[in-house]
Amino acid sequence: MKKKEIIIGLMVAIFLALFISPFASQWPDGLEKVAEDKGFLHKGEVEPILSSPIPDYSWPGMKNEKVATSLAGGVGTFIIFFLGYGIATLLKKH
Amino acid sequence: MHIPDGFLAANTWVPTWLISVAGIGYSLKMTALKLKDKMVPLMGVMATFIFAAQMLNFPVLGGTSGHLIGGVLAVVLLGPYAGMIVIAVVLIVQCLIFQDGGLTTLGANVFNMAILGGGVGYLIYNPIRKLIRDNKGIIIGTAVASWSSVVIASIACAIELAISGTSPINIALPAMAFVHMFIGLGEAMITCLVVGFVLKVRPDLIY
Repeated sequence: MKKKEIIIGLMVAIFLALFISPFASQWPDGLEKVAEDKGFLHKGEVEPILSSPIPDYSWPGMKNEKVATSLAGGVGTFIIFFLGYGIATLLKKH
Repeated sequence: MHIPDGFLAANTWVPTWLISVAGIGYSLKMTALKLKDKMVPLMGVMATFIFAAQMLNFPVLGGTSGHLIGGVLAVVLLGPYAGMIVIAVVLIVQCLIFQDGGLTTLGANVFNMAILGGGVGYLIYNPIRKLIRDNKGIIIGTAVASWSSVVIASIACAIELAISGTSPINIALPAMAFVHMFIGLGEAMITCLVVGFVLKVRPDLIY
């Protein structure tokens, strides 16, 4: 992959995370919906074992939900890219 | 389909953790042996794209949404081992940073979406691609495998819920499989769109 292609690929991902994710469907996903319908959703409402810094893709303390999601998505893409690239680089060295 | 903490009992989350550690460990070993140079940045870009795409829930039927899992997308471009690693990385970050999927259930989520969704997805994709050949084979293989991968992952999830005593199999399995047959259509559409685009601009990036 050329540098330009990597940048374009990343820009597409960042664009999706920043500008499209705030408008994604808010409906429960397949598993959540089944849990709701079949009456076991409450089993998942336990105290989380570790507290995540950005729970539910919502930047903490942000009033505007859409901006909070957008920011969480943007930060997530950077973390994932460096982690993915980093692991691949390490694997290549070995 | 990210299972939260509390849905699975230890009789299920412990074994799925062990299987996933073994599966991803083996994938890391295999990837280290035959990772091509061009695949290094591609692993980063694919992980990022799949993470972003997973945030984009699309509505399906009756108040339910679905989103891309990306298992087949990853293995079509990166091969089975690097592809499974990429999905596992996405799932680990989602769990630790975004509380999407539990920590006890991370093993089951990696098993369902990376190992079954990616690895088994590849076992469905590869023979079809070889049988039909050319770009047509790649697209048909991608479509069939990506749809199947979602349905297979949902059935595995239902079995795990049943073993855990969370929901009986005769209730969880048909409900999970039914809704994911529709979510799978979205998965197949998005995956085919992206693979079709890559085939057009950089066909050499297909594994």
